[in-house]
Amino acid sequence: MAEITYLEAIREALFEEMERDPNVFMIGEDIGGFGGAFKVTDGLLAKYGESRVIDSPISEIGIVGAAAGAAHMGMRPVVEMQFIDFIANAYDMLTNYVATARYRAFLPTPMVVRGPSGGYVRGGPFHSQNPEAGFIHTPGLKVVYPSTAADAKGLMKAAIRDDDCVLFFEHKYLYRRIKGEMPAGDVVIPIGKARLAREGTDLSIITYAATVYKALEAAEQLDREDGLSVEVLDLRTLAPLDDEAIVATVKKTNRVLIVHEDTRTGGIAGELTARISESCFEWLDAPVLRVTAHDVPLPYAPSLEDFVLPQTPDVVLAARRLAAY
Amino acid sequence: MPRPATQGGGRAARNRAAPPPAAATASAVSLTRAQRLELYYWMRLTRSLEERLVNLYRQTKVVGGLFRSLGQEADAVGSAYALRRGDVLSPLIRNLGSMLVKGATPVEILKQYMAKADSPTRGRELNIHFGDTERGFIGQISPLGDMVPVMAGVTLTFKMRGEDRVGLVYVGDGATSTGAFHEGINFAAVQRCPLVVVIENNGYAYSTPTAKQSLVKQFADKAIGYGIPGETADGNDVVASYEATKRAVDRARRGEGTSIVELMTFRRKGHAEHDNQSYVPAGQIEKWAAENDPIDRYVARLATEGVPATELAAIDAKILREIDEATDIAEQSGVPEPLDALTGIYADPPTAQPLWFREGKRAVVETSERPSSWGTFDAPAKGAD
Repeated sequence: MAEITYLEAIREALFEEMERDPNVFMIGEDIGGFGGAFKVTDGLLAKYGESRVIDSPISEIGIVGAAAGAAHMGMRPVVEMQFIDFIANAYDMLTNYVATARYRAFLPTPMVVRGPSGGYVRGGPFHSQNPEAGFIHTPGLKVVYPSTAADAKGLMKAAIRDDDCVLFFEHKYLYRRIKGEMPAGDVVIPIGKARLAREGTDLSIITYAATVYKALEAAEQLDREDGLSVEVLDLRTLAPLDDEAIVATVKKTNRVLIVHEDTRTGGIAGELTARISESCFEWLDAPVLRVTAHDVPLPYAPSLEDFVLPQTPDVVLAARRLAAY
Repeated sequence: MPRPATQGGGRAARNRAAPPPAAATASAVSLTRAQRLELYYWMRLTRSLEERLVNLYRQTKVVGGLFRSLGQEADAVGSAYALRRGDVLSPLIRNLGSMLVKGATPVEILKQYMAKADSPTRGRELNIHFGDTERGFIGQISPLGDMVPVMAGVTLTFKMRGEDRVGLVYVGDGATSTGAFHEGINFAAVQRCPLVVVIENNGYAYSTPTAKQSLVKQFADKAIGYGIPGETADGNDVVASYEATKRAVDRARRGEGTSIVELMTFRRKGHAEHDNQSYVPAGQIEKWAAENDPIDRYVARLATEGVPATELAAIDAKILREIDEATDIAEQSGVPEPLDALTGIYADPPTAQPLWFREGKRAVVETSERPSSWGTFDAPAKGAD
């Protein structure tokens, strides 16, 4: 079977879910005739028409709120944020309205908010963000952030079929750089399950999204140059976290490095560290280390962006320190 | 209609003068006698139920804040009355009357305020923040304006499915300043959603007068910015409120999209029961109470239409019986089981686990406190052990 890109995998999922369920519809800015800023929704309008592929005004509050209302009525809206950075505009609607709807009002709100996320693309401060931590903090929301094409497709299907709101982060650096074979048939990847991206015995790297590849590159190098056996756990879902998989890898290697592209303070690495400390303290042979972005808005110039974001040599350096502890 | 007292002149004062009721009186023919009495029933029920809530609040049985719609019963009842079964509205904190028209019951309201286990939200939300999509009302949240986009989505669904249904969303003068209001109404307008946006202009957003909220003369004027019809009506005239809303509802049902209806009224109580309204110019509240009370006005009107006072007195007595019965039922209900706090955050998983320091416990404090700004007292956490 031919390989397709991460972006095409997401698009396939959207097509297949719209075909499967007439309640699924798309809403977003420039997603119709133009096919979206990254062309993720390209072709959907031609096939499904304006009533199911809605070009919206520039109104993140408006379209996230409208999606919630439609979801209450039994629809399954998929909202595109043109860049995930703009999800901040809808923060109130997502955290105050959507996330609480089931709990306070028993209103099902099955909807997906998806969008291109992340850096390494010279996008500057407003086209490179990783705002996942702000939403992981909100009970009532689910957050996924896949790294492979097959996971992107299978998790998108799961997100659309989920009975709650799922925030679906798509890494734009991976959109066209990553390819994969799609499994045959209607394969749904369950939300809340991590993926072992590489097995190892000496130390564990817990990561997600684009830094999965930094971790895998580092693992290769550490194997080659240091003879270290590095395990890489790709979280895939950030809310709810797969505690079982996290605990399992900690107990297996006893040394943990957490890598994420998001900024350091308040990033999900802190939450992971706390969980590991609370539940696996006696299994640790070294302190949990973090490789993250620096706590700065993401700058544009390549020399600046590359310095701020975590890179493979950073992962190698941290892993060596951890192995030597 | 007597013009209410205004202080300080200027635009805000002009805004407080409701349009004369003559036009509305002339066109009230579409309502049957039974319907006109129903309007009276809902308005009186709203007021009497709130009066009962005040008593319960003073007895500390209402554990949170209490929000009154005194003086605004007509705009709530009249506008909601313009909807059919199957239509959906989203109320505001001062739309108890709208919810009653849509089928909310006094016992539900009382249980909500008293935070009972079998209240509509099982003690999770306060006051009249609850809904029922079957009966056709969707509970609001506290960030104002947010329900406009949500109701845009509800009515977008009606349109997508070709259903003969209309939505109505209430906002206050204050919420028109929010981004959510703008984005929601603009989206609804562009999509030709069958949505009526009722702006209840009651003069104040908490303590902020309309003059500090917006420079528009009337909030209905905002409609032109969205390319939709806008109309201002006398919100203290229940029939005028009904008729103006009905025109917008009919337009929506005919596929002509979104409208604004601005209902002019006056908030005669504070934002909530704790608020003494020190910011309202002296005499204004009393003037509205004396000269422009929506129920007094309607009673006078019904008298001129030949409805005997004894008939209204019988309705009043029936309402009191209903409220007494509802109070008895509500008072008997228990408080929520603490562990219920951990259920229903997600469809899957259905229940969260208690944190280790709460395992095996049902409750952890002896008393529950109400913030001092609401009138401090310690209430026993009844049922907790």
